[in-house]
Amino acid sequence: MKIFAFVLCLAPLFMLAWKGFNSALGANPIEVITHSTGKWTLIFLLITLSITPLRQMLRLPWLIRFRRMAGLYAFFYGCLHLMTWVWLDKFFDLHDMWADILKRRFITVGMAALLLMLPLAITSTKGWIGRLGGKRWSTLHKLIYASAALGVIHFYWLVKADIREPVRYGIILGCLLLWRLGAWAIPRLQMTAWLRGFQNADSSPTKVGSE
Amino acid sequence: MLIKKKSDIPSSEITPQETYFNRREFMIGAAAAAAIATGARYVGEMASPSQVVHAENKLNVASKSPFSTTEAQTPYNDITNYNNYYEFGTDKYSPAKLAQTLQTRPWTVEVDGLVKKKKTYDIDYFLKTFSIEERIYRLRCVEGWSMVIPWDGFPLSSFLKQVEPASKAKFVKFTTKYDPREMPGQRYGVLDWPYVEGLRLDEAMNPLAILAVGLYGGELPKQDGAPIRLVVPWKYGFKSIKSIVKISLVDKQPPTTWNMAAPNEYGFYSNVNPNVDHPRWSQKKERRIGEFFKRDTLMFNGYGDQVASLYNGMDLKKYF
Repeated sequence: MKIFAFVLCLAPLFMLAWKGFNSALGANPIEVITHSTGKWTLIFLLITLSITPLRQMLRLPWLIRFRRMAGLYAFFYGCLHLMTWVWLDKFFDLHDMWADILKRRFITVGMAALLLMLPLAITSTKGWIGRLGGKRWSTLHKLIYASAALGVIHFYWLVKADIREPVRYGIILGCLLLWRLGAWAIPRLQMTAWLRGFQNADSSPTKVGSE
Repeated sequence: MLIKKKSDIPSSEITPQETYFNRREFMIGAAAAAAIATGARYVGEMASPSQVVHAENKLNVASKSPFSTTEAQTPYNDITNYNNYYEFGTDKYSPAKLAQTLQTRPWTVEVDGLVKKKKTYDIDYFLKTFSIEERIYRLRCVEGWSMVIPWDGFPLSSFLKQVEPASKAKFVKFTTKYDPREMPGQRYGVLDWPYVEGLRLDEAMNPLAILAVGLYGGELPKQDGAPIRLVVPWKYGFKSIKSIVKISLVDKQPPTTWNMAAPNEYGFYSNVNPNVDHPRWSQKKERRIGEFFKRDTLMFNGYGDQVASLYNGMDLKKYF
């Protein structure tokens, strides 16, 4: 099952390679490769972020097994995306690349988005969870929210005029983040309401709660 | 109370373990089958990629031009399947598929404004009246890619001389067709429709500027701006407006669509200039379609000899 998913996640790469070998990537193959790898980075980031909400809503706890794979694939495609830029766009011209990172906002945030994924990729193993301890590990891995958000902004800032696609990704990300916010806030609100119930009970001795 | 006591649930209602696990397997199998089916369709697409190829009507191309470049020409397949034509979608592959709904006959070009003869010309007038030349020009897109395209057309100046611009006329304004029924991209307001462009009159009268009616010896395919379009090779490609229905002579600098969309990114002049970056990317290099390595972008796209004098004394960073 996990192997199946592992292979499935490589499908976008296989398709690119196949099309590349068959000259079916169109007139500007490097542009297609760049966009495709970028798009799949975002998609895998969103998949990773949707695992926990899906687990809870569909009551499928075993989905957690795929979260690390999805996250690492996001990093994988992100690296491919970066490699395409470094090699096929800039031809390893470090000076040129550094100028771009400083001057072009969309490249600055894109680079930031990828760099944020690096510590997450490195600490993705069980060993690291042990080393950091569950709480610190969880806190560190919240960086994925920032990475995904920067990725969407990167996309939004690079399109010429048609913002529909980046906005779509942004909306999906927004919903996923909203879910997280809800999952975090609602129990706390319920706790607050529960505590209030006790307060009311104390101040009006004739009425006990609101059952 | 909702929670039943343990003994309330009869043992017959407990799902047998085998069925429970089988259901999970079934769900996973169904999902896998769906994924494979979708994938198979994708694979089928890959095996025979849908590239649109058209055989257009042949044109009577009378002559070659000394302005043509001898560089390697971009293949017809690339010129006709990689197009920025937002009226037919904002990606470069949609126009080839979607532009086929554009009706290019009957077609008229209206001439108005500060001219002696306001008139509406049928497209066949252009095909019959003007001697068609082959002009092999470089085309440099503002995005950073370029092509070498063997256009077939005639000098814009020949036509402008015919319409006799008034002495007050300083600019030429061009307008593309507006018909959201035929041009689905116009249903979405990514740009203000119809697409408009403009040139200074002396730019329009420059011998390099042509009205193109064909490429590679045949009529223009729809995705390339059929039936008649402008080509100004020393400027970024978006200034070479497609599918022209109106040409107006005016005394004030006319609004241009990309300038209206992002005034700090797309100027009226938009001369190809490696020294003036687009705010979001450098213009120093370009990717010639079909080549692996990037090339240095040339000032005025390499047409400085013919056009640099138009801009003597102009600050090209200010008038970008």
